Amino acid sequence: MSDARSSPGSTLVVSGPLTANSRRDFLRVLGLGSAIVLMPSVFGACSDTTGATRSASGAVTIDLTTDIGVLNYAYALEQLEAAFYQACLQSIVTGCTSTELNALLVIGQHEVVHREFLKAALGSAAIPALQVNFSSLDLTKRDTVFQAAKMFEDTGVAAYNGAGKLLHSATYLGLAGKIVSVEARHAATIRDILNPLSMDFAGDDVVNANGLDQAFDPNTVLNLVKPFIVTPISA
Amino acid sequence: MTHNTLLGDVDPEIIDTLLTRREAIRRGASTSAMVAAGLAFASVPVALGAFAKDAYAQGALPSAIVDVLNFALTLEYLESTFYDTGVATSGLIPASDMAVFQQIMKHEDAHVAFLKAALGSSAVAKPTFDFTAGGMFPDVFSNYTTFKAVSQAFEDTGVRAYKGQAPNLISSPDILTAALQIHSVEARHAAEVRRLRGLDGWINGTTGNLPAAVNAAVYGPGNPAAQYPAESNTTQGGVDLVGATGMSSDVVSASFDEPLDKATVLAIAGPFIVS
Repeated sequence: MSDARSSPGSTLVVSGPLTANSRRDFLRVLGLGSAIVLMPSVFGACSDTTGATRSASGAVTIDLTTDIGVLNYAYALEQLEAAFYQACLQSIVTGCTSTELNALLVIGQHEVVHREFLKAALGSAAIPALQVNFSSLDLTKRDTVFQAAKMFEDTGVAAYNGAGKLLHSATYLGLAGKIVSVEARHAATIRDILNPLSMDFAGDDVVNANGLDQAFDPNTVLNLVKPFIVTPISA
Repeated sequence: MTHNTLLGDVDPEIIDTLLTRREAIRRGASTSAMVAAGLAFASVPVALGAFAKDAYAQGALPSAIVDVLNFALTLEYLESTFYDTGVATSGLIPASDMAVFQQIMKHEDAHVAFLKAALGSSAVAKPTFDFTAGGMFPDVFSNYTTFKAVSQAFEDTGVRAYKGQAPNLISSPDILTAALQIHSVEARHAAEVRRLRGLDGWINGTTGNLPAAVNAAVYGPGNPAAQYPAESNTTQGGVDLVGATGMSSDVVSASFDEPLDKATVLAIAGPFIVS
């Protein structure tokens, strides 16, 4: 039996397999746009093979108990990063040298490659294209652009570092590993552009006293990036 | 998190090796348990130190995991000693670049301490090193150009080494996470040193601008090559990404870093290790 409690505008917590009644609540809350927290056990009864579901209202939910779900989580982040750099290119960023603009271009190309790789690898199990919104960022200014890029890259590193242990397949872990170090190279590059030849490339704000980079759980990451994602997404 | 019981058992000695006193004060710690709690956002490393001690009481870390951690420790000894020596060598590193190498050194020293704490009495001893690699780099500590080149070789190899070992840690989630957290720091180091040498922070094809034999080893394939391709690889998960994206082979190859097997890494590091 599921435990599904909801009221308009509240957070629906579903902690067991969905029954007919809780399924109605589930869909109603989705329609009201409330937050939904899906405990991993929910998907146990659904025979879900994609690790993701999409409701009638367009919300995307990801099952992080499956490798497909974890890869979709990565795919969501790569979509966001690629879209960010695309938005930067479409803006006219003042104050950048041509070298700095080129860095944004190339990093953005890497993110597109990551995105397209994950999309191809996931095939029919891929979540849809997410709607994004960067209007809260002034992408006409060098400082805003690079500070935002720094945030996206550092968050990407922390997301992959935190998601590694969620993967069951050594193959998928290997693929995620190949991507995360490139995100770290991006982060170091952006940080070095912002404060050249300083310690910021691997600053004390991200690397702790043990010499370890950040590792965030998916909820932390999604909360950090939600301001830029229009499509409701939870995991 | 399941670390709570381990945090309560953390030995103060481990805290001391893991934290500088200033860091502990910054976190507002007053007891070893509070210090451990203050490390919550990085509680994995504290738990690792405790895990090692706790595990010994119960029956030790699996030997396969010990092997991986000792392999990592050996590479961290190599890097740590290299930077300790370089930073302390008067006139080698220009003032303009010193902050970079001091930060790298700080991290490598911390990695050594962290891995030694995790391994406890199973930790291998620090080898004796020859950073000239038997005369291949005679001026490694008198010529900054040479020093930077060797640094880049170590960092890019370190990234590939950790990446190659990650799948071997899949049974130990906390240790895997810590390894990933070190791995991304090495990638930051590598990117920065490459930039100091006028290169992109990422690896286009097999670009490294190192002496030919070293470049080929550091950026080339491991063994077996199918599992450990060269850095110029553009096929991932069976997908030809140049065909799929229309991007150049440089861009596609740079988007992914490739793992290296342990034997190939040890072959690269070998000339620098005397005993």
